[in-house]
Amino acid sequence: MRRYRFVLFRPFQFIPVLFGISIITFILVRLIPGDPARILLGTRATPTAIANIRAQYGLDEPMWVQYLYFLKNLAAGEMGKSTLYKIDTLKLIVTRIEPTLALVVAGVVLALVIAVPFAAISARRQGTAADHAIRIVSTAGIGFPSFWLGAMLIILFAVRLDWLPVSGYGNSLGDKLLHLILPGLTIALSLSAVIARSLRAGMIAGLSSDVAVAARARGMPESVVFWRHVVPNALVPTVNLLAVNIGWLIGGTVVVESVFAVPGLGQLMVRGIFSRDYMVVQGVALTFAVATVLINFLADIVTVALDPRVEL
Amino acid sequence: MSAAEDIPPGAATAPDTPVLSVEGLTVSVRANGAERPLVEDLSFTLRRGETLAIAGESGSGKSITSLAIMGLLPPPAVRASAGRVIFGSSDLLALGEAGMRRIRGDRIAMIFQEPMTSLNPVMTIGAQLVEALREHEAISRAEARAQALAALKSVRIAQPERRLDQYPHELSGGMRQRVMIAMALALKPDVLIADEPTTALDVTVQREVLDLLRDLQRDMGTAIILITHDMGVVAEMAERVIVMRNGRMVEQGAVSQIFGTPQEAYTQELLAAVPRMGDGATRPGQPASDTTPPPVARLDRVDVRFDIRGGLLGRVTHRVHAVEHVSFDIRAGETFALVGESGCGKSTIARAIAGLVPHEGHLEVAGRVLKGLDAAGRKAIRRDVQMVFQDPMAALDPRMRVGAAVAEPLVIHGIGTEDERRARAADLFARVGLPPEAVERYPHEFSGGQRQRICIARALALNPKLIICDESTSALDVSVQARVLDLLEALKREFGIAYLFISHDMAVVENIADRLAVMYLGQIVEMGSRAQIFGNPQHPYTRRLIEAVPVPDPGHVRAPAPRLSGEVPSPIHPVGSGPRRLDLCDIGGGHLVAGDRAAKEAAA
Amino acid sequence: MSAIPLSPRWSARFGRQPMLLTGLAILGAFVAMALLAPLIAPYDPIYQDAAVKLQPPSLAHPFGTDNFGRDVLSRVIWGARIDLQIAVIGVIFPFLIGTAIGTMAGFFGGWVDALFMRIIDVVLAFPFLVLMLSIIAILGPGLGSFYIAMALVGWVSYARLIRAQILVLKTQDFAVAAASLGFSRLRIMFRHLLPNALAGSLVFVMSDAVLVLLNGAAISYLGLGVQPPVAEWGVMVAEAQGFITQAWWITLFPGLAIVTLAFGFSLTGDALADLLGVHE
Repeated sequence: MRRYRFVLFRPFQFIPVLFGISIITFILVRLIPGDPARILLGTRATPTAIANIRAQYGLDEPMWVQYLYFLKNLAAGEMGKSTLYKIDTLKLIVTRIEPTLALVVAGVVLALVIAVPFAAISARRQGTAADHAIRIVSTAGIGFPSFWLGAMLIILFAVRLDWLPVSGYGNSLGDKLLHLILPGLTIALSLSAVIARSLRAGMIAGLSSDVAVAARARGMPESVVFWRHVVPNALVPTVNLLAVNIGWLIGGTVVVESVFAVPGLGQLMVRGIFSRDYMVVQGVALTFAVATVLINFLADIVTVALDPRVEL
Repeated sequence: MSAAEDIPPGAATAPDTPVLSVEGLTVSVRANGAERPLVEDLSFTLRRGETLAIAGESGSGKSITSLAIMGLLPPPAVRASAGRVIFGSSDLLALGEAGMRRIRGDRIAMIFQEPMTSLNPVMTIGAQLVEALREHEAISRAEARAQALAALKSVRIAQPERRLDQYPHELSGGMRQRVMIAMALALKPDVLIADEPTTALDVTVQREVLDLLRDLQRDMGTAIILITHDMGVVAEMAERVIVMRNGRMVEQGAVSQIFGTPQEAYTQELLAAVPRMGDGATRPGQPASDTTPPPVARLDRVDVRFDIRGGLLGRVTHRVHAVEHVSFDIRAGETFALVGESGCGKSTIARAIAGLVPHEGHLEVAGRVLKGLDAAGRKAIRRDVQMVFQDPMAALDPRMRVGAAVAEPLVIHGIGTEDERRARAADLFARVGLPPEAVERYPHEFSGGQRQRICIARALALNPKLIICDESTSALDVSVQARVLDLLEALKREFGIAYLFISHDMAVVENIADRLAVMYLGQIVEMGSRAQIFGNPQHPYTRRLIEAVPVPDPGHVRAPAPRLSGEVPSPIHPVGSGPRRLDLCDIGGGHLVAGDRAAKEAAA
Repeated sequence: MSAIPLSPRWSARFGRQPMLLTGLAILGAFVAMALLAPLIAPYDPIYQDAAVKLQPPSLAHPFGTDNFGRDVLSRVIWGARIDLQIAVIGVIFPFLIGTAIGTMAGFFGGWVDALFMRIIDVVLAFPFLVLMLSIIAILGPGLGSFYIAMALVGWVSYARLIRAQILVLKTQDFAVAAASLGFSRLRIMFRHLLPNALAGSLVFVMSDAVLVLLNGAAISYLGLGVQPPVAEWGVMVAEAQGFITQAWWITLFPGLAIVTLAFGFSLTGDALADLLGVHE
């Protein structure tokens, strides 16, 4: 249990990063040229509303005081009112978390389901035609743009075959899952290419490692050598790779949500940008950053569980 | 007893019948479309219960032979292309994977050089033992666990119950190798192949593991194929030996015959190159003089500590006491050796003298006190002290031509013109025995011994007063090591350089040191001339080190020593406390010995 | 990562690298396509011909036509100009800035290193594309904004990579040997450490080019990068989305162009990694 002690004190180490995140999101909006009150409220704001927001954000004070106001408002759960949706940004964000989270989870799970068997085939039959094919496809797969891949999946499965819905999210659980298949697959295909390459490299190194040779020398069948002595050791760096790529993955959901019109955080952000709804842009960026920090924390816990040598 | 029913165990019961015989084994590697032999036409027999050593330098094919017997050659490039390996009544090379699997681990077991990388880091010791047992015997998990515990007890590991639930990284190197041996012998195999089983271990741990192997062999009657580069280990462990070179057998015979009357020139050279304790006494030593020459380096109560930060705020909570109150002089033109096992602080001292790690206490080199020197002073010191490292490949910038690397110190210190520097580099190459045209090549184009010569040439470039050799010959084959040691000796006579020679190898030190200090846990436990230390070792740890060295003489009778499995204490202490300091007292003629209770602990 | 040297014989090994040759051939083809676009494109990429709207691939229009009657093949060819530019400019500035900062952090250590590392931690906490979009939201849509955002965000990976390499190399014997020979820190840094560290980031440049290309195209797809009617592959896919049920070819071909170019970069990067002995 001693090795899991970091779970208690690691959150304290997030404090500087969280401060940094708040500073960057704060500065982003303040960098926009023009009157911040008008920027935050939109061009059609009433003079009273402008006076109110000046008081709430301390817009007449020096920049660092404004930052303290910003923090105070954040602490109170106030992210400002969306000019487009006319409700508080935080409430708006809460309603949009579910589809994005579902998309990320579906993407990671599907990616592992695709990547592990292909990496295993490739590593165990190194140099065969199957291995070459998997290597070429995974190398090319990294370069598949998600917006295009999504569109091609729509053309194939929704338009031509008419198996799955073209876009949207659905209401019931079953409907939601049905709607998640194509966007989840879009994310998973690109991600599985990255994972498969890393896993294959780890598995090949593992297959010729001393651990594997020693296990064979004890008379272990090749399947035991592979699944018990090679794969667990190859998974550790893959979890790290997933953690490192989590930002990339979340960025991917922004695009995929646009392609499939999934009402998630990414779609909210893109709409916010087009309608100059800066409170929303700021709020979503903040949410994504905090989520990334939390997911990395989760990856640390998984790494400790997978590898008894790791001390954090 | 065995799952391989098709091989009658009776075939191997009579004492002189071979349990395993290799006939005309050839192993080839395919590279760039051509087959090249790694082992050629090798034949030998292994008798029941005997130990057969296969000895040779790197590239001799000894390890490949063991993998070929086990059917574990890395496919598809390497394969056994001819010959037979007869075990019982079957040819292992023709047996096929399924048949081989029943033999491996059960009838023929193997242990490896690196116990750390050979154990699965994410499985507990117990789980790995149980897995191996249940693969070959139809027993329950509980039975397997009981057998696993018995196996750990048989290898005399401390606290065997606890080890079952530990992971490999929680064990010391010696304990890991015991676990490997327990795993290999748990199924009572007929043959054990030990591939450099003690090479990665400290000499005292090596002694324990070798003793353990011999005891277990006596109890169980297992035949052992011992693969090693160390002729001392061969002499102590084996009854017969095969000497290999470049994939071919050079000579084979009883150990006493090979060591006593070697027939082949290569065997003779190999044995001549092996450093032996006692050779140093016959070497022309320092000319005895009443006036001791001035020291090139003087250490007075030098400490080196490294901080360990921990806790929430990253404060310094513990310190590694790497070097604790060490004092000694290195005199001009002498070879001063520091010996000790891994982690004793000998390399840290070297780095402190070279000004690479900060220290406390008084440390002067060539008359300059190191502490508080300005940039110019530090630069001047660097001219006087040079280092030669263990791994010459790592010590050379891979992207720089070796001639430029050797001339680079001259550039830095602004010595000579471009042409003069080039001439000097060529001259240095000649001094260390390399052809002048070699300057144009890159480090990876040389052999290990040649690379070390390049490093020595670079160290010589500035005419230093002191060269620090940090395990500089440890990674080399013995014949190469012997030539590099000769070169160092010749350079010392020619230029009057002093060496600080850091080594774990007592035999090498005995051969080349004028004076030496023995280190344990950051402190010196004994110091004196070669004759004093090796002729009259006083400190129990010094004795233990000397006695642990395998002697390359089959006739050597080892004094019975207590068989212990102690763990080295940690040099890490909480801030504010530290190790007990040892006081050295002179027992005559400059022979200093630590006399303290800690000394007894060190010996235990 | 470890590095083996580029020996004089590396040109010999170069010739035996089918992966490298294929990768470079693909990249070369796209460069040629971009340079020769006016000569080889059969039509004007923005010329709208109402008579040939949404035509499937044919001899006259091998890749078909879009909803404005523009020739998709010609637009894909002209698109190479923009997308290659995105990949190259989008990599160069982050590479230069990141290498400079990473070198400084690794060289000075102490508070300089700590400061840059904290900044890097914070920037990396944001998903890459999210931070890019936030910056573009402020600067306004357009290719210029994209390049500025790339320079502001992209340097962190290079800085981290170079710094990590230098910290590892610093402890290796040849660096210690150089220090023990009295070489100045500057010399060790720039003569011995940086050249070895750069090998790793050269490989990274190639895989980064893939990511930059994908991001640039994605941002243009979202409508925040290159603006219509300019022929850019991401924009083309975005414009095709309204006609996804009727005209698959408008979507297919620009995407294939991205995939092929990205493949060229990936192959070259992998081959360089093998050649330089760099392992990610």
